[in-house]
Amino acid sequence: MGDPFTLIADFLRDLLLGFGLDPGLTTAILKFVGAAVTATIALTLTFFTIWLERKLIARFQDRLGPNRVGPYGLFQTVADFAKLLTKEVLVPEGADRSVFMIAPLLVVMSVVGLWAVVPFAPTLFGSDINVGVLYLVSIGSVGTLGIMMAGLSSNNKYALLGAFRTVAMMLSYAVPMILTLLIPTMLAGSMGLTKIVEAQNPVWFVILSPIAAFIFYISSLAEVGRTPFDLMEAESEIVAGFHIEYSGISFGMFFVAEFLHAFTIAVLTVTLFFGGWQGPGAEAFPILGFVYFLIKTAILYFVIIWIRATFPRLRIDTINSISWKILTPLALAAVIFTAIIDKLTPGDGWARVPLHLAGSVILIGLTLIAFRAYARSIRKQSEGSGKSLAQTSEAGS
Amino acid sequence: MTVLQIIFLGISVIIVIGALMTVSSPNLVHAALWLILALAGVAAIFVLLEASFLAVVQVAVYIDAISILIVIAVMLTRRAMGETERQINRSWLLAAFAAFMVFSGILSLFSQVPQLANTPSDLVESSEFYIQELGKALVNVDQSIIPFEVASVLLLAAMIGAIFIARPPERAGGDS
Amino acid sequence: MIPLSWYLILAASIFCIGLYGVLARRNAIAILMGIELMLNAVNINLVAFWRYLTPSIINGQVFAIIVFAVAASEVAVGLALIISIYRRKTTVAVEEINLMKW
Repeated sequence: MGDPFTLIADFLRDLLLGFGLDPGLTTAILKFVGAAVTATIALTLTFFTIWLERKLIARFQDRLGPNRVGPYGLFQTVADFAKLLTKEVLVPEGADRSVFMIAPLLVVMSVVGLWAVVPFAPTLFGSDINVGVLYLVSIGSVGTLGIMMAGLSSNNKYALLGAFRTVAMMLSYAVPMILTLLIPTMLAGSMGLTKIVEAQNPVWFVILSPIAAFIFYISSLAEVGRTPFDLMEAESEIVAGFHIEYSGISFGMFFVAEFLHAFTIAVLTVTLFFGGWQGPGAEAFPILGFVYFLIKTAILYFVIIWIRATFPRLRIDTINSISWKILTPLALAAVIFTAIIDKLTPGDGWARVPLHLAGSVILIGLTLIAFRAYARSIRKQSEGSGKSLAQTSEAGS
Repeated sequence: MTVLQIIFLGISVIIVIGALMTVSSPNLVHAALWLILALAGVAAIFVLLEASFLAVVQVAVYIDAISILIVIAVMLTRRAMGETERQINRSWLLAAFAAFMVFSGILSLFSQVPQLANTPSDLVESSEFYIQELGKALVNVDQSIIPFEVASVLLLAAMIGAIFIARPPERAGGDS
Repeated sequence: MIPLSWYLILAASIFCIGLYGVLARRNAIAILMGIELMLNAVNINLVAFWRYLTPSIINGQVFAIIVFAVAASEVAVGLALIISIYRRKTTVAVEEINLMKW
């Protein structure tokens, strides 16, 4: 009763076996069906998230947002996509045709591929591969390749600039992201996402290592290129970046990939740091676990939209220096702290919380002291050269 | 012909086509993309060999890092050699002959491998076990900690060297 | 099941295609791509031997990982050299880089 997912799977399996198919083929068909359903749900979800994002941003900016098509404008995205689908797919002159057409497919594939390993509920996950965390890194990187291909093949200066910016930014933010992925791996003792979620049973990893959760969240925002890190498509600087030459459905693919990726960040952060489907009664009733998962994801997704509505865009040099001068050293320090503390307190559950928390507090304190010293040195410098105070306080903060 | 064999042959055909296009395509960006296809095929071969860790690392290291580096280098030096210019040197026939001779030499050496027709025995442990073994072997004093440390020193040296060499001459020693 | 020889033949053919690329191409970056192909062929062999002959001893995979590290550093230094040469001589054709040849 409590587990509709296994029920459906069993029903389908019995049905196919009843047709007289052999068991190996049945498993293969079930896998394909599962993949198709997951991908379809993920892509359809984008209709909803795009609407949600437009509506929320409108509210943040004291506007109404889409409100004409359907109740609360709910079908606005559907109308938009119908429009996109009817448009012609143009390939610019001098473009590298095959590369140009493959690029959006790769980008969408890399995002949907992330969903394959996420455990949504105790019994609902695509594939429990034992190197799940590394898989996230490597599949995510295929998207970089797709953006690179789009920029190269478009035969357009702005597209190329956007692609170079993207690659520079993604390579720099991949470093802190991969470092912070080590922390849940260490705490759970496994790289499989299912095991990581199970290891968060009494205590979520965000409590053990808030710094890691924060860095992961920030650097994955940068990986996707959401505001404030949306330099790759800064419309006031390089028009639209790598997808400037795309139209019709191939532009739609980039669009879907971007919004789905933002939602996927929330999904991954919940899985790695906020306990995934963990919650009271989730073990017994998997459907409840799914509900917890959705609630947590929705909260984190709201924060992403909030950030987008609030922060202005960063400059290209500040973006890279945030990654290399702040996030990477901090992530390295957090990895070392976590490793040492984890070795000192091998216990499970709440027993290991105080030391980990103390470590985090020390680390945050050290970071703040370093920030203060840096801000002071900047202020001293600018007082010497007589710059205005407004500029210095911006650089120091 | 089992399903596994068909999958293997399909992947091999993709890899060999990718490799051939890599060495023969006049457009270097295309060559780099074909190289990526071939390397992705190698990752699939690793999956067939049940080395899942290596497969994922192959994608992360080769497709993320190395191929993007290559594509950027191709873009930076694009003006030096256009598509119209000759891409292979005068002695390419000799090179092809040498490659073919090496290939036949390797094939003739195969007769000395006694386990050539072996089929794999099933792995006795879970695949998780092998990843843990791999991690322990890398830091085990009795096994391969020295190669591991040497590799890390090599990476550091390569990083410093690359930054130093690739610095534009007019800015060398300038803004740090 | 797949016999070991299939993997070895695949690896040998990739190795030789890469070798041809290294010997025949004029562009230094294309030569680096050939080297990458050769390194990958070696990796296939290492992992195949691990899987077929000594699955209980993990050394085959350890070697493959060290090959990854060597490949990464080789590409980094190689491309840095090529870009540096390109800046000074505006060429990436290997036979025009003959300053140290006599």
